[in-house]
Amino acid sequence: MTEINYAQLLQLAMPEVIVVATALIVMAIDLLALRKFPTHLRFSVAATLASLGCAGAILRIVLAPAQANILDGTLIANPVTHLVQVALLVLTIFTLLITVDSTFTEHVGEFVLLILVATAGMMFLVGSQDLLVIFISLELLSLSLYILAAFSKRSAQSWEAALKYFLFGGMSAAFLLFGFSLLYGLSNSTSLTHLAAAIHGPSLNPLLAIAIVTTAIGLGFKIAAAPFHFWAPDVYQGAPAPSAAFIASGSKVASFFIFFQVMALGFGGADGTASFPHIVRGWIPVLALMATLSMLLGNLVAIRQSSLRRLLAYSAIAHAGYMLLAIIAHTQQSLAALLYYVVTYALATLGAFAVIAVVEQQKGSDQLSNFDGLSRQAPVLSFSLAIFILSLAGIPPLAGFFGKFYLFVTVLASTPKPADLVWLVVLAIAMSAVSLYYYLRVLKRVYVTPLAAESREFHSPILSQILLLVLAGAVVLLGCAPQLLLKWVLAAVSASGL
Amino acid sequence: MLAWTIYISFLGAAGLLLLPKGSVAFARILALLTAVAGFAVALVAFVHHRTGEMQTITRVPWIPSLGIEYHLAADGISLTLVLLTGIIAITGILFSWNIEERTKEFFAFYLLLIGAVYGVFLSYDLFLLFVFYEIVIIPKYFLIAIWGSTRREYGAMKLALYSFVGSAMVLVGLIAAYVVAGAKTTSLHDLAQFPFSLHFQMLAFPLVFVGFAILAGLWPLHTWAPTGHVAAPTAASMLLAGVVMKLGAYGCLRVAMVLFPLGLGPWGFHVFGLGSWRDVFALLAVIGIIYGALVALVQKDFKFVIGYSSVSHMGFILLGLMTLNQIGLSGAVLQMYSHGILAGLLFAVVGRMVYARTHTRELALLGPMNLNKVIPFAAVTFVIAGMAGMGLPGFSGFVAELMILIGVWRAYPLLALFVGIGIVIGVVYIWRAMQKAFFSEARVESAPHQPPLPPISFPERLGAIILIGASVLVGIYPQMLLNIVIPALNSPLFAGLRQGSWQ
Repeated sequence: MTEINYAQLLQLAMPEVIVVATALIVMAIDLLALRKFPTHLRFSVAATLASLGCAGAILRIVLAPAQANILDGTLIANPVTHLVQVALLVLTIFTLLITVDSTFTEHVGEFVLLILVATAGMMFLVGSQDLLVIFISLELLSLSLYILAAFSKRSAQSWEAALKYFLFGGMSAAFLLFGFSLLYGLSNSTSLTHLAAAIHGPSLNPLLAIAIVTTAIGLGFKIAAAPFHFWAPDVYQGAPAPSAAFIASGSKVASFFIFFQVMALGFGGADGTASFPHIVRGWIPVLALMATLSMLLGNLVAIRQSSLRRLLAYSAIAHAGYMLLAIIAHTQQSLAALLYYVVTYALATLGAFAVIAVVEQQKGSDQLSNFDGLSRQAPVLSFSLAIFILSLAGIPPLAGFFGKFYLFVTVLASTPKPADLVWLVVLAIAMSAVSLYYYLRVLKRVYVTPLAAESREFHSPILSQILLLVLAGAVVLLGCAPQLLLKWVLAAVSASGL
Repeated sequence: MLAWTIYISFLGAAGLLLLPKGSVAFARILALLTAVAGFAVALVAFVHHRTGEMQTITRVPWIPSLGIEYHLAADGISLTLVLLTGIIAITGILFSWNIEERTKEFFAFYLLLIGAVYGVFLSYDLFLLFVFYEIVIIPKYFLIAIWGSTRREYGAMKLALYSFVGSAMVLVGLIAAYVVAGAKTTSLHDLAQFPFSLHFQMLAFPLVFVGFAILAGLWPLHTWAPTGHVAAPTAASMLLAGVVMKLGAYGCLRVAMVLFPLGLGPWGFHVFGLGSWRDVFALLAVIGIIYGALVALVQKDFKFVIGYSSVSHMGFILLGLMTLNQIGLSGAVLQMYSHGILAGLLFAVVGRMVYARTHTRELALLGPMNLNKVIPFAAVTFVIAGMAGMGLPGFSGFVAELMILIGVWRAYPLLALFVGIGIVIGVVYIWRAMQKAFFSEARVESAPHQPPLPPISFPERLGAIILIGASVLVGIYPQMLLNIVIPALNSPLFAGLRQGSWQ
């Protein structure tokens, strides 16, 4: 047992400490000084302060990048974790800026506090390769998210969604914990690297098989992969817009990253293959099944949706299916592809929710009919929504297209014979052709359908417009010049030697 | 220099979106100027480029980690099609002078589409080519869905989905080729030289070829074309039939056939007398020629006649590609140009000159209107365009179809007979449409009830004259294009094809 150096521990966790400290300061200021002021002002102050805190944490990570591995992976800092943490913080800042114009609650301080605590949870989550720390950070994240989903107290839908999220989440956490406990029994260690060494062997231990399945269930729930997706449509629809945006973007980035790590590092010796029809048992066939179901179910059910939030939920399930392919490939390249994909996906989803937030405030709901003729009322909003939706659909030159292209390339290149995984890639590309149909239906409402004659004045807040243009600009830029982000991702991945 | 055709169009589109509300006249003029500038650039390049061989325009690393380059290059084939795009772009705007609703957006989408089409024709990197190829889909959808007519939303969605399915097939093929070749480069030149295994080519060739051929109206995947053409506003029909369908044919030639030449070779066994993918696609092309012509023969809607005639004419192009001899292939490229011009002209007459005035396209209703007296210019234009389409000597269609026919005669003597039948039916359906729409017996009693139709405007006359001129010029002096097309086909890029079964 090595001696623990607490000073070093604190220093490594400094970015997280900054975020948590900011959370407490924001809540204190809001509750002590601003209680009597209008909600808008309180949200503005709280969001600004919190964003500054996040920016501080980013600066800390960028300016003093530490490389360390404490206690066999309990706390890890390397270029990849830094990259993901910075991405998470940036997404948090965008989420905070979306909240500024919201009116769903008077508990401003608590709301911002929860977002920041969830962010700290995500940062710990990506900075660890230890089963216990992973589980605890995941719970910190999840518990904050449950409350965030329920935050709109006046809306019964928000309650219902949160309750559903909580019940399903509790179940999946139990599965995850059960799997982790089996893994501990098998390897006598909670570290992912020790685990990989312990389970390495020619045959699959039945206990290990159970552990693989339960772990996949627990993590599959977090990324909303079918068949563990039941919470997603309700939460996406019921939660307040900023919460839903946060659940759909930041938490997805963190969960996918940790899913990749657990599978690629922890189960390194029990891969199996999914090359049809010679399937070998292991975790890969399990994930291949989840990916197939997610792609089929997400895309086919999304066609029938009449609410934009539910449509985005099912499209999220479909995207989870595509991204699972990168985990199945589990090479350095595919980790880079996954990170590129999930970050650009998160940007586009966040943007779409920002548009939904404005439209809901003006028109009352996110029904697709409320988007009829939007391009004549709010050209900036519509234009950015078009960019986000088309990026999700994978139309070049937007970021989503390059993400898909690179992802599929790395998946095919991951096996010695490209034909092994080709059936998954073909399915993914075919399904993304299906997805164009429902994405275009949204844009048809916005651009083609004539504006209803008695429609009221539409007011889009300036801040939202600027924010949307920034996000849309980022999506276009990352699509036209993928090298900007890809360069960092590739360098970080190869430097960390995952 | 030639790269500016793309940038000018995109800049024009962006400029249009930034115009203040209500500046309709200015928007039109800006769009026209943009299209003229693009055409001027293309024309200058065309005049300067006399060898027909591949010349790089721009080449910079784009995504170095994946070996993807921003590489634009032009040879005789691309130049021919770039020139066609320029002509269609200008005349399309002239024929949309009457768009009053959301004018800015219309021309912005229009120029976006044009820019992307230029991009496809000039790309020499497969990734780049695919990017431009997919950009085309979205403006196409909106042009039809917003400004179209008959069942526009259905037609637009069908068109978008067919295109996207096609490009998904192409994407699978391209990713597979890229990975098999070591994931180091997407340059067409390098990949064309990579020795893909015979087995791989036999699988990849039909995938990519059909993916592109969907957009070229290959029977039986052509059904998007008539509905899409009919639903589209005039300028969009002109673009669709004029250049977008050519994108598909160009992709078949430039990507599928160049990358996977062995895929055209014999399977080693016969199914229903067909021994290779080449036989299969040649047969489908001939079915397309005859089927399109026969269906055009019985249409009641004037625009559907032209829509199905496009399917028939595109069959010639695909058949020309499958002849795999020099005369057939160069005939196919010539037919791409010729059909682009003539289909544009026919759609302009039907959509703009007739339908925008009479508000009906029913041949039975058009007859009594006595159109050859009321709008004689439209009648004359249609007669000329129809003649040119049938293959009257002196027009581009004649040279192109003759060359294809000779090529087919050498490669598939039996099929040449059916092509002949297709040409004859072509004469009949044009004649029938002409007769019914313009020259049927006028019923005097119905005429006075109708307000007089507005006369043919100046932009329309100008557009028609440009298109007829473009066809006649090539009809009289086909060497103008052939001088650069044939060297392009003889360039090293097509070496793989020539070593195969080139005759």
